[in-house]
Amino acid sequence: MAEATQPNSDHEEDSGRRDFLNYLAIGVGAVGAASFAWPIINSMNPSKDVLALASIEVDLSQIDVGSAIKVVWRGKPVFIRHRTEKEIEEAKAVDISTLIDPETDADRVQNADWLIIVGVCTHLGCIPMGTADGEPRGEYDGWFCPCHGSHYDSSGRIRKGPSPTNLLVPTYTFLTDSTVRIG
Amino acid sequence: MSNHPAPNFKNPVIRWVDSRLPVFSYVHAEYGVFPMPKNLNYFWNFGALAMVVLMVMILTGIMLAMQYTPNVDLAFNSVERIMRDVNSGWLLRYIHMNGASMFFIVVYIHIFRGMYYGSYKNPRELLWILGVVILVLMMATAFMGYVLPWGQMSFWGATVITNLFSAFPLIGESIVQWLWGGFSVDNPTLNRFFALHYLLPFIIIAVVALHVVALHVVKSNNPDGIEVRGPQDTVPFHPYFTAKDSLGLAVFLFIFAFFVFFAPNYMGHPDNYIEANPLVTPPHIVPEWYFLPYYAILRSFVDGWWIYEIFFGWWSEAKLAGVLAMFGSLIIVAVLPWLDTSKVRSCRYRPIYKWAVILFLINFIILGWVGGKPAEEPYVTIAQGATMYYFFHFLILTPLIGWIERPKPLPASISEPVLKAGSGAQFAGASAAKMEKS
Repeated sequence: MAEATQPNSDHEEDSGRRDFLNYLAIGVGAVGAASFAWPIINSMNPSKDVLALASIEVDLSQIDVGSAIKVVWRGKPVFIRHRTEKEIEEAKAVDISTLIDPETDADRVQNADWLIIVGVCTHLGCIPMGTADGEPRGEYDGWFCPCHGSHYDSSGRIRKGPSPTNLLVPTYTFLTDSTVRIG
Repeated sequence: MSNHPAPNFKNPVIRWVDSRLPVFSYVHAEYGVFPMPKNLNYFWNFGALAMVVLMVMILTGIMLAMQYTPNVDLAFNSVERIMRDVNSGWLLRYIHMNGASMFFIVVYIHIFRGMYYGSYKNPRELLWILGVVILVLMMATAFMGYVLPWGQMSFWGATVITNLFSAFPLIGESIVQWLWGGFSVDNPTLNRFFALHYLLPFIIIAVVALHVVALHVVKSNNPDGIEVRGPQDTVPFHPYFTAKDSLGLAVFLFIFAFFVFFAPNYMGHPDNYIEANPLVTPPHIVPEWYFLPYYAILRSFVDGWWIYEIFFGWWSEAKLAGVLAMFGSLIIVAVLPWLDTSKVRSCRYRPIYKWAVILFLINFIILGWVGGKPAEEPYVTIAQGATMYYFFHFLILTPLIGWIERPKPLPASISEPVLKAGSGAQFAGASAAKMEKS
């Protein structure tokens, strides 16, 4: 478009300079536009007050063996299960080559007694059942997602159903034997 | 709208789209080859600048709306959160805050350009009226935007301005309660102001679109105020005015950026960083600077002022008179095409009216200055004098000068004065190569 309306584009000695000026002007304009666009886009990223609440500390001393709790972390539930010996054995005994998303139980826990996972089904984001007493725990003694029928085992791994991956393990650190910081 | 034939696009996709929806032909005709008078000066940049500011305001405004909470308990803190916690939130808010001031500076210059060069005259009356409509919509938008941070100035500005409507007899009180959605400026008021502050800019876009369509029908006026006689008087919009507007934009953005980065609160008021308190009015409340001239007109009407006594005293309270005069000061701008009796557009050829327009500008600045001063002497008398002159200019001077003034002879064409000035060869279609060699 620029070429068509530029006068005297037939002057060879000018067109090089004019092209240079054109590219320079457009380049500077593009840099300016990009440096205006970035703050606009970045303003939608998590703000400092949101990031400040991005980690939580949980007291584990109240959770009996065999029961589990839900805590809210970054707006999502985290399941913390105090596993029984039976559940630990089941999780360890699985031949991981048979799994949809192969992962050993040891890779998913820091302390075998405590399973800490993000309670969001990796299929389409529902909350699987099985944390509270009396809820269905699926065919593998873990969790069952009622939305589309995913079964998770006692290590939170997907065993049956449409989910592609295991329940996510968040970053966490044991501060003491009975306190954990998630995030 | 242009006589140029649609271009023959080489790209088959563009050709396919264009034959079904001629957006490319439209842009080519209206912004590519569109004929612009070749004598336009830099005052003709300000329409494009206003367009850019409008876009910047809408863009930053949408981002701010994502972070803002329109609730009397949360609004102030949500703005502070934008300033402290949101990524680049301070930048977006300072751009938006100062953008409002920039918008008014640009638009006021744009309007005075129109007044000086007679851009409002036949056939551009409707173009001018649409411009005044945009100004009024801008004022409403700016006013409601200023309420949103819910500081002391927000609250008391909203209280004072909405109370203007209480001046109307009989229905005034009901109108004000309707505006508030209650018995004072409160949460319902804040909520509706937020909704309207988000809505109005899009209505402004629609009126700007009409303004631009009307402009492209009647075409741009020019500093000589004479009609374009043919292609020899014009140059295509691109590259001549894309380049000229870009240069003006670069200078403008420097000034804009200076305020955003180095004096972000210079045009604001510190009291607005105190959260709204319905029980305490700040001792000296003033509107934003761009409303000050109208505020001065509003305040001028007091019992005992002889102008008030002559024209209003026998039928209206001073309060109502002030409100009517303030709204009238805007309406009178819209009817300027019919108040100006001269056939000559540009002040270049109007030796008397030229000075009248310059005096009007000085008077407008005095009104703005005095509007920011407390309502005490000598400011009251100065404001009353300036208010009187504002209306005197439109109602008496403008028609009168049109009748008695003997304009200078108009040039035969846009090119003529340029050629006479001696450097004609550069402008009369000479090539860039010749310019370099000369």
